[in-house]
Order: sequence, then C-alpha cells, then structure tokens
Amino acid sequence: MKSLRRIFAILQKEIRQLSRDKLTFGMIVGIPMIQIMLFGYAINTDVRHLRAAVADESNTELSRTLTADAQATQVVDVIAQVHTAAELEGLLRDGEIDVGIYIPSDYARRLQQHNRSAAQLLVDGSDPIILSAARQLANLTQHYDTEAPQQLRAALFEIRNHFNPERRSAVNVVPALMGVILTMTMVLFTAVAIVRERERGNLELLINTPVKTIELMIGKIVPYIFIGLLQVTLIVLLGMLVFRVPIEGTVLNVYLGALALIAANLSLGLLISTLAQSQFQAMQMTFFFFLPSILLSGFMFPFAGMPKAAQYIAEVLPLTHFVRIIRGVMLRGADLAHMLPDLRALLIFTLVTLTFAVLRFSKSLD
Amino acid sequence: MTDDVAIRTHNLTRRFGKLVAVDRVNLVVPRAYIYGFLGPNGSGKSTTIRMLCGLLKPSEGEATVLGLSIPREAEALKRKIGYMTQRFSLYEDLSIIENLEFIAEVYSLTRTQRRERIAKQLELFGLQDRVKQRAGTLSGGQKQRLALAAATLHEPELLFLDEPTSAVDPQSRRDFWEFLFQLANQGTTILVSTHYMDEAERCHALAILDHGAIVADGTPKELEANINAHVIEIEHADLQAVRATLLRLPSVLSVTQLGVRLRVLVDRNIDDATGFIQRELLATSHAVEVHDARPSLEDVFVAATQLRKPEAAA
Repeated sequence: MKSLRRIFAILQKEIRQLSRDKLTFGMIVGIPMIQIMLFGYAINTDVRHLRAAVADESNTELSRTLTADAQATQVVDVIAQVHTAAELEGLLRDGEIDVGIYIPSDYARRLQQHNRSAAQLLVDGSDPIILSAARQLANLTQHYDTEAPQQLRAALFEIRNHFNPERRSAVNVVPALMGVILTMTMVLFTAVAIVRERERGNLELLINTPVKTIELMIGKIVPYIFIGLLQVTLIVLLGMLVFRVPIEGTVLNVYLGALALIAANLSLGLLISTLAQSQFQAMQMTFFFFLPSILLSGFMFPFAGMPKAAQYIAEVLPLTHFVRIIRGVMLRGADLAHMLPDLRALLIFTLVTLTFAVLRFSKSLD
Repeated sequence: MTDDVAIRTHNLTRRFGKLVAVDRVNLVVPRAYIYGFLGPNGSGKSTTIRMLCGLLKPSEGEATVLGLSIPREAEALKRKIGYMTQRFSLYEDLSIIENLEFIAEVYSLTRTQRRERIAKQLELFGLQDRVKQRAGTLSGGQKQRLALAAATLHEPELLFLDEPTSAVDPQSRRDFWEFLFQLANQGTTILVSTHYMDEAERCHALAILDHGAIVADGTPKELEANINAHVIEIEHADLQAVRATLLRLPSVLSVTQLGVRLRVLVDRNIDDATGFIQRELLATSHAVEVHDARPSLEDVFVAATQLRKPEAAA
C-alpha cells in the first residue's frame, strides 16, 4: 500500500517534470512527426515522373503507341519532342531531361527481328535510382513487341507484388519506422531521466528516504511506457492519414507488438543509466546502440542480403524482431500468435537487460 | 541504555580497497545534541555519516543509531532520520509546494499530517509567500531553508547535515543555525559536518576528524582546555623573517599570521613556551614581544590535524 503510494508519488513527479521539460516534450511528439515526414516523403525509391524527351524518327502508328505507353506508366513524363538522337544527348547532358527515348526510322522492321532491340533509352546513369527506374521502362518496351512472337517473349516470371501492390515505399517504411523511433526515444529518455536524477543529486536525497530501488525504477519507467504508446498512436495515425499505410492485422496486435519493443528498450535504457556517469555519456551509449539497430535490423537494408556475422548481430537487436513483427501485423495481416519466435526474442532481451539493470542499479547507489 | 544516547559506535571502520576512509571511530552522541564533525576534506566525515544512515556497510565495528543496529535495521531507521545533502538535492523544476508534497508522499504522511506539517514548515522557514515558485529559481539561502524544511517534514528524531552551509552567505548561515537550535530544543538530535570554526563552536559537542580517525572530541570548552599545544602570540616589525626562523624549529607546530601578529602553536612538552620562543628568537637576533594566548577552537583544530608544518615540509 505504502509502496504503491511511493510509486505513485514518483510517477506524478516524473510527469510534472516531463510536462515542464519543453525539449523532451517536444522530442516526444517532434521526433515521430519529423521522421515520418522525412522517411515517408523524401526517401522514396519509387521514382515517378522522370522528365523525358522523345526523338521519333519513325513517326508511325506503332512508334506513337510506344510513346503513349511509356507515358502511361507514369515513370516518365514526355516534356519534349525532338528530331534527332543528338538533340536527346544534348538535353540529357544539360540536365533538361532524365531519360531520352530514341525511336529509329526502321522501328517497325526492327520489331520483327528478335535479335535486335527496336528502340533505345538514353538514361542519366549518374543517379542509380533513375537508372533502375528506367529499367522498368525497358521491360515495358520489350513487352510491346509485335503480336506474333508475344507468347514466346512473355516474361518468364510475372511478379505479383503482394501487400504493397503499388510499391509505395511509405508502406514499407512507416511500420518499421515506428520501431526506429521507439528505439531512439525510449532508450534515450529512460537513460537520461535516471542519469539526470543522479547528476543533479536527487538520487542522494531519495536513497535516504523509504523509497526502494524497485519503486523508483517502476515510478520512472511507467510514464515512458505511456509516452511510447502515445508515439505509436501518432505514427499509426500519420501513416494512415498521410501515407495511406494499411493496418491489415488488428490494432491490438500493433500495440502489443509495440509494447514488447517498448519494454525491451526501456530496460536497455535502465541498464545504460547504471553505466553512464553523465547525461552526455548516456546519449553516446544510446547512439552506439542505435546505429547498428537502424542499419542491421532490416529497416534500411534487406536482412537476407547481409553477411552471416551481421545477421547474428541483428538477431540480438530488438529492432530486428520488431521490424518483422510489425511488417507482419500491419502489412500482411499476420496474427501475433504466428510471430512467437520474434516476440520471444524481445521478451528474452527484456528479461536479460532488466536483470542486469536491477543488479547494477542497487550497486550504483552504494 | 539508548534512551539518552542517539548514536553510539564502536570501532567503526570503512575501507575502500587499501584506503582506510574511516578508522576505528568511537562516538557517543547524546539525544537533543547538536554534534559537529570538524575536519578537512577527505577526513572521513561524509563516509561516517553515510555509514550511520545505513547507506554504506561498515568494514568493521558496530553502530547503534536510535536504538537500531546498523546496517541490519537500516530500512526501519530511514523513517526516523532526516538527511540534508551538501548539494541542493530537491527537484529544481518543481515548485516549493510540489517538492514538499512529494516528500510527504514518500514518507507516507496522512492527509492531515501532510497539510498541517507543510503549512507549519512553510511558515517556520519563511517560505509561505513563494509556494508556487520553482525551487531552481530560489536564492542560496532560500534553497537551503527549503532543503531543511523537506528534511524535517517527517519530524525525524535524528538529522544528518552534510556541510549544509557551504553555499550560503553569512546571514543565511546565522539564520540556519537558529533553526537548528529550535529543532534541538524540540528534542531532535543533529549531526552536522562542517568546515567552519564558528559553526563548530556553536555545537554542543564535536569531534575533529583527520585521515578517517577522531583526533579530538568533546565540548568546545573541553577541547580548548585540553589542547595539546601551547598557544602564543608574537608582535614584531618583520614578521616574515620571524616566521621563517620559527618554522625551522622542530617543536613549533604551526605559525599563522593574524594581521600584525603571529599565532604560534608550540609542542606541549616544552615547559616554558614563551621563554623558549623568546630565547630562540634572540639567538637569531630578533628581539620580540611574546605573550601567552587563550586557545581557540581553530588552534585546537590546527594542533590536532596539522602536526606537520606545511611550509617546512614543502
């Protein structure tokens, strides 16, 4: 009873302090908003509307269809019609266009000859993203061969893109970004909150009162659980409203998965707080952990493409497991019950770090 | 047995690795006393206090605080003691009233107790006009009054003060000591560590610590009477030269200049200290006036802690 009262007193104090700490409060809301907007809009590998010019020397029904189809993909916008390939090169060099479509005068005849390509794409290869986008276009032109050998020419694999048919990167990025934001803020906030208490001498006061270590830890952590859930809500809402990111699974599963990650990160923050001497050190340690999380978790680079060693490291990081869970729940509509290995990994991480944190925490008061 | 004694220790010792921070300290602090710990930095004052609070386990020896055996019964002790840290350790981003309410909750005071005692403390410490002010914006003296108000909110029987006045002006220090005497008159025992002689002189009794050990203890009067040195004063035109001569003498413990005079502590085993010094100075052709002086607490402190002459040692 008294213990609960003390926990509540610490909790109330923590919330009061938080509401006055404008910087931290700004970070709670600001980090999710800025990151969502940045990652959702700016980091868009799904390139559309490249500026293109067409040099159609053939000028037949067939060639005009090709131009129209290219335009219809939305990958390119034809902004100019020129007469020669040389003019295309000029525009490309001057940066007026990203892609040049050259259709030679014997286009119709070339289409019959399967060993030759019928038309040419001139691409600004200095940007790899544009290059790969233009490849899409190359596939398209192939597809529009003449009627007769079409069966033969049909692609060996037809790619059916499940779960993100429009291939919008925001759909992939936003759910995983929730994990990135939680990892950054949750670890940092707890670590700093406790180190600050020690730095300012408050801990010296508290250890002389009847407050017990475990009460102090609970009182300090609980507000951040709610802050974490608040951030999740903010991210989900922004993702849905701004980027039309779907939630295929249940909302409950989204929150449960997030809760598992929050728990893992808070206990890590506690552990860091027992190791760091100053707020600055706590921040350094957080980033030491944050960087591999962001790079290896599968958020930025595909997990399968990483060397074995990196994969082992990634398996230790909570974010890796969360990225799998949340993509499963939000995009594939999977149930948490089917993601037990990842959930278990998060739980083990929480228990291990929490044990170390509690052990070290009582010592650090001595 | 513990009725009239608040703290009793027997050979209390604490080692940090090879360093002996507190060395066989034997203390008896009567109830309702203001007991002082006087000593230079690193003399073991804070370590002793931390052991008596039950925060640090003694390496050896025993301590009984308010009848409770330490560190075994430290948790029970925590409710009966108050502790004021050297640094302001309340929350600077909370207001005065919020800080006090927090402390009241932590000590599980009832609603009535909480309201009455906070009102009482605010009035006693002259903080009632600033209840909504953030603690961080208070002056040094106000912060200190708030800290004392918080440390005594749960009406502890024993109050530990670790160099409480190191950050406040002289007037605030005087006020602060008035509060301490009020508390002592109400029966609170106070253990206070300090650097300041004038504060030490106001204690009912004190112990002088050096290198972790108690080198002298008693009431200020007793300490002055039992000083282990002769105190003499010298007046002369060229004090620098006299000082240099005196520091070469092995039986001179310390030489301090006070304006136009030199205050000299001479080994107790010299019988006629005044005559001895006069003769020694005449031998180096300094004709001087030498008087006996009444020992002050500062002399006691210097004699007890500074047996080596710093200038001669350098």
